[in-house]
Amino acid sequence: MSNIPTELKYASSHEWLRSEGNGVYTVGITEHAQDLLGDMVFVELPEVGDSVAQGDDVAVAESVKAASDIYAPIAGEIVEVNTALTDSPELVNSAPYTDGWMFKIKASDESEVAGLLDAAGYKNAIDEE
Amino acid sequence: MAQQTVLYAKHLEAGAKVVDFHGWDMPLHYGSQIEEHHAVRQDAGMFDVSHMTIVDLKGTRTREFLRFLLANDVAKLTVPGKALYSGMLNEAGGVIDDLIVYFLTEDFFRLVVNSATREKDLAWINAQAKAFDVSVTERPEFAMIAVQGPNAKAKVATILTAEQQAAVAGMKPFFGVQAGDLFIATTGYTGEDGYEISVPEAQAADFWQQLLDAGVKPAGLGARDTLRLEAGMNLYGQDMDETVSPLAANMGWTIAWEPADRNFIGRAALEQQKAAGTAKLVGLVMEQKGVLRHGQRVVVEGGEGEITSGTFSPTLGYSIAMARVPASTGDTAEVDIRGKLVPVKVVKPSFVRMGKKVV
Repeated sequence: MSNIPTELKYASSHEWLRSEGNGVYTVGITEHAQDLLGDMVFVELPEVGDSVAQGDDVAVAESVKAASDIYAPIAGEIVEVNTALTDSPELVNSAPYTDGWMFKIKASDESEVAGLLDAAGYKNAIDEE
Repeated sequence: MAQQTVLYAKHLEAGAKVVDFHGWDMPLHYGSQIEEHHAVRQDAGMFDVSHMTIVDLKGTRTREFLRFLLANDVAKLTVPGKALYSGMLNEAGGVIDDLIVYFLTEDFFRLVVNSATREKDLAWINAQAKAFDVSVTERPEFAMIAVQGPNAKAKVATILTAEQQAAVAGMKPFFGVQAGDLFIATTGYTGEDGYEISVPEAQAADFWQQLLDAGVKPAGLGARDTLRLEAGMNLYGQDMDETVSPLAANMGWTIAWEPADRNFIGRAALEQQKAAGTAKLVGLVMEQKGVLRHGQRVVVEGGEGEITSGTFSPTLGYSIAMARVPASTGDTAEVDIRGKLVPVKVVKPSFVRMGKKVV
């Protein structure tokens, strides 16, 4: 069974979101998503400083199987990206919730976070797939 | 309900992610397809290819029949056990399937054909065989395991009997030999050394386990696809099919034009296509980030083509592809990747052989 940490929030498009305080959130893709995609070969990250709206495609995860858009779960400004993925995209497979994170976003409207799924909600969403 | 090979339980035991492959439940990978790919390039890996179809042809006119059925010429097969790769064409010169034919004895040849094309292949072969009084017998009672990689033969040797070892000793590429219960062939779909071994179904799971114990790593369809693409080998249904001439599928080398008086199915159409000119299948290399994929548009000077197979090459660390493009295509092209035209190099469709980069 797929690991879905209870302390995170989720988008139905398979991103996870973790609060780092001060309105900053780390974003990655779930274990379930990396499992669907298979071995990651490239991750195209957004630019630090980019302003993004909720639902914008901001990154691309290219696996052996397909290229998949990664969407911004909330609106805000990209404040950091995980440059380690440039040389080690496989971190997304081996540690999707830790070393395989993709970018950090400074929320422009933190109330959007409340509208995301909790772990139980995300589990229901993927069980229905 | 998908079919399962006799090794299905062994795949689950090894943690396979199973996918439907033309009606068969087959392992896509056992955790990481890239690691499986490297195991084959650097050591030894094994694939369950039991879904492939073995067809035995018997009768005194079998050679004559095959010289009519296939675009390549089995007259080249003079030593028992020798194998030949060929297209089987329709009257319009399109590829019904690609296959390997083994010459065993003068009245006994063996074909190994694709699983996805099994039914139409059997129907076609049976229909054509009638006039030659050749019997056509499918051999579903065999499982087939491909053991591939620089250490594949040495690892297989550890589980063969002394008689079987003697039977395969010094066997050259593209030969097959019956050794006890095993039919062992020096063929493959990876560009590496190794064997494809047919084993009676009842013994297959034990044989697989012995290979595992000998240090051979299970590899799935994912690695099989990246390995064959690096080796520049076509995949039926993707790089060619019944609507594609072998001349437009890098299979020109498999057409035996001589002797000119040999009539084979599709010959007349091929001669016209050759005179008129066809598109060609080339290799593409993209050293920058991104992955070339099946179906992407290829823009060349004065025309357009399409990627037939594309992937990330684990051995090279960048993306490679096969593409069908106009005959006039030069050394460079551009590929439409998600709306962006990206420059690529055009090369011969062969990228890695025997573990070494060849582009």
